[in-house]
Amino acid sequence: MFLNKITIAGAFIVLGSTAMAGCGISSGNVKILSNDFPAIQSVTAAASACSGNGVSVEANLTKDHKDIMVAALTANPAQYTSVITSNSTLVTLMNDGLVRPLDALVAKHGAGLNPSQMITVDGKIMAVAFGANAQHLFSRSDILNKAGVSSIPTTYEGVLEAAKAITSAGLMDYPVALNTKAGWNLGEEFVNMYMGTGADFFKPGTAEVAVNNDHGVATLNMLKSLVAYSNPDYLTYDSNATQAEWEAGNLALATMWGTRGGAVLDDEGSTEQVSSNTVLTGAPTWGNNARPASTLWWDGISISANISDADAEASFIAMMNGISSDVIKANNSDTVWLGVGYTPGPAQAGVSATAADGAAPYPMLPFMGTLHGALGAEISDFLQGNESAEQALADIEAAYTAAAKEKGFLQ
Amino acid sequence: MKNRTFFWFILPSLMTMILFIALPIGSIFIQSFHIEHGAVLKEVNNCGPFGCKLEVQVDVKASEQLKNDKPLGKFNGFGTYTNRNHLAVNEVSEAWEKSPTFKDFLTKTYNLPFYRALAFTLTYTFVVTPMVLLLGFGIALGVNSLPKQFKGPTIFVSLLPMIVTPLIGSLILFWMIDAEGILGSMLQWFFEDPNLSLKASPTLTWIMLIIYGIWHSAPFAFIVFYAGLQTVPMDTIEAAMIDGASRWERTRYVVLPHLVPLIVFILLIQLMDNFRVFEPIVGFSAQASATSLSWIIFNDLAGGEGSFFGSAGATSVLTILGVAVLLIPVLIRTWRDFKGKVV
Repeated sequence: MFLNKITIAGAFIVLGSTAMAGCGISSGNVKILSNDFPAIQSVTAAASACSGNGVSVEANLTKDHKDIMVAALTANPAQYTSVITSNSTLVTLMNDGLVRPLDALVAKHGAGLNPSQMITVDGKIMAVAFGANAQHLFSRSDILNKAGVSSIPTTYEGVLEAAKAITSAGLMDYPVALNTKAGWNLGEEFVNMYMGTGADFFKPGTAEVAVNNDHGVATLNMLKSLVAYSNPDYLTYDSNATQAEWEAGNLALATMWGTRGGAVLDDEGSTEQVSSNTVLTGAPTWGNNARPASTLWWDGISISANISDADAEASFIAMMNGISSDVIKANNSDTVWLGVGYTPGPAQAGVSATAADGAAPYPMLPFMGTLHGALGAEISDFLQGNESAEQALADIEAAYTAAAKEKGFLQ
Repeated sequence: MKNRTFFWFILPSLMTMILFIALPIGSIFIQSFHIEHGAVLKEVNNCGPFGCKLEVQVDVKASEQLKNDKPLGKFNGFGTYTNRNHLAVNEVSEAWEKSPTFKDFLTKTYNLPFYRALAFTLTYTFVVTPMVLLLGFGIALGVNSLPKQFKGPTIFVSLLPMIVTPLIGSLILFWMIDAEGILGSMLQWFFEDPNLSLKASPTLTWIMLIIYGIWHSAPFAFIVFYAGLQTVPMDTIEAAMIDGASRWERTRYVVLPHLVPLIVFILLIQLMDNFRVFEPIVGFSAQASATSLSWIIFNDLAGGEGSFFGSAGATSVLTILGVAVLLIPVLIRTWRDFKGKVV
């Protein structure tokens, strides 16, 4: 009996020490701020496993993280030691110098990382990416077959033709959906479509906007042609609404986020007919351009500037634990993982294809967020038919210029 | 009351008012005159999982000293107030000079975000406020004439729209008026139009928001009027009945004059409340068709990445001015009544 107890106690000690060895943190406070979707839930859950023995790990997962991150990290000491960032939020944090370079920490604790995971700005590692995301095409093969469309469209012109075939066959009234809710979502659709033209958003090397041109007009017209096949409520459709419409079987062709793939293909929330006939392909191209009309996004780890070096190290180790290959293997279908141990699956086929086809990443420019805001506010008037494409682009330019002056990007 | 006693009596509330009202407004006022320091930009090589690219970044070190010395930002005077995203002085005067017709001028002005928001805010205020007064008075009269045992439950049910949090109330209605929701599909059936959507057209969105506003605020007017009705002097009513006054005449010549101070009170509160309409626009996802001044402030602070504190401050100050202009007639009237009563 006595011996048994000792072995059990010993086993606990060994287990305890291996858990510690797994994280390798002896003390420190780790507070994580991030967006909220399945891949991030897996990462933060694994990072939280490091808590105990004088180490505390807390995570705040909220879709409103963008609204609080700047204020929370400006405080000294910062309210969060680590923020899970993306292309756009990292730039916002870097504009105010709120995140620290990670070169030393990566050299010390980042042995298992792929070189492609490093987000380097001016030669310094500012974030470690763990997942990729992009908007791409979701299609219903059964509806396309019934409408006599033989193959999945690879261009937006093809999407329009297929949509026309579906409506004229009387299969659906509104077969197409994009995430077109006025505001950030609608702005993102313009960014995606404009990306497909291959043109730049700004005059090179400056903060002067350059979308008021023929590419801009063509982009707006393409968006308008697409929403003509969308439900009239399209200006209220965010990614939750489009996913629900898809799972309800009301859509045949939709541009949605890659992270929705897993939820659409699983056997929850929809019928067998919808999920088994859903095909995920890369984002379409348009206008005889080669680049897919989408933007590539990464999600990655950044560490606050205004915290002690000890907390920074503890946070980095905990987050490395959160994106270890064990976590990736256990949650393989959550996202396109960038780390070692990921096996591509059907739910991520669309994102992988979009990246392989040569889509460009969302621009990491300090003033991109300001333009994005102007786009989201000014496009809806054009889509509703209240003004011309030229007027809408002039409005975007004027709104952006006024906002960029306030931000100090333009003098 | 002695001046000294009076001073000590109001000191606590004076302190809280300075702390929670005067100081924040003062800080907003100061903030609205500032914009951010000019950013020093440099081109650097950015690399990530999708390759490398030469991109512009902010040189944080270059302006660090300036930011520490002047954390408020660069003084901009009324620049933020007059720029295109607010009062748009240049754009409006250009539209005035170049527009062939007045209608054209209005269209051009309506295209500017501030005036578009002002148009909805004013329409909402001037439609919802009188409707709330009328409906609230009607419900109060109705409930007052109910048999005693029904009064309690009816009052409770009538108050429900006000009890529900505005954002939650508007979200619930948003789903009910969806084309597949209970109200939305009933309307489609009633008008025999399968494509009818309340969310799609700006006009219908405005009507929907206004009806929501009336639905939400009417209980407030009702409960105030109902309390007022309990104080109507019965002997005057009875005298009027003996004189042969009909029910309508009694309401018009006895009850209404008695309730005038309450009407002024509700008018005051409702004008203020409706001028800062906000929650239904978020709840109904209506920003494509209708925006308000408060919504612009929210969007400046939380709409995208990074906040526009100067813009939000300027719109806040303009909103305060708007409320002041709206309330002046009502306040002047109250002041006259007050002077008439006090010797």
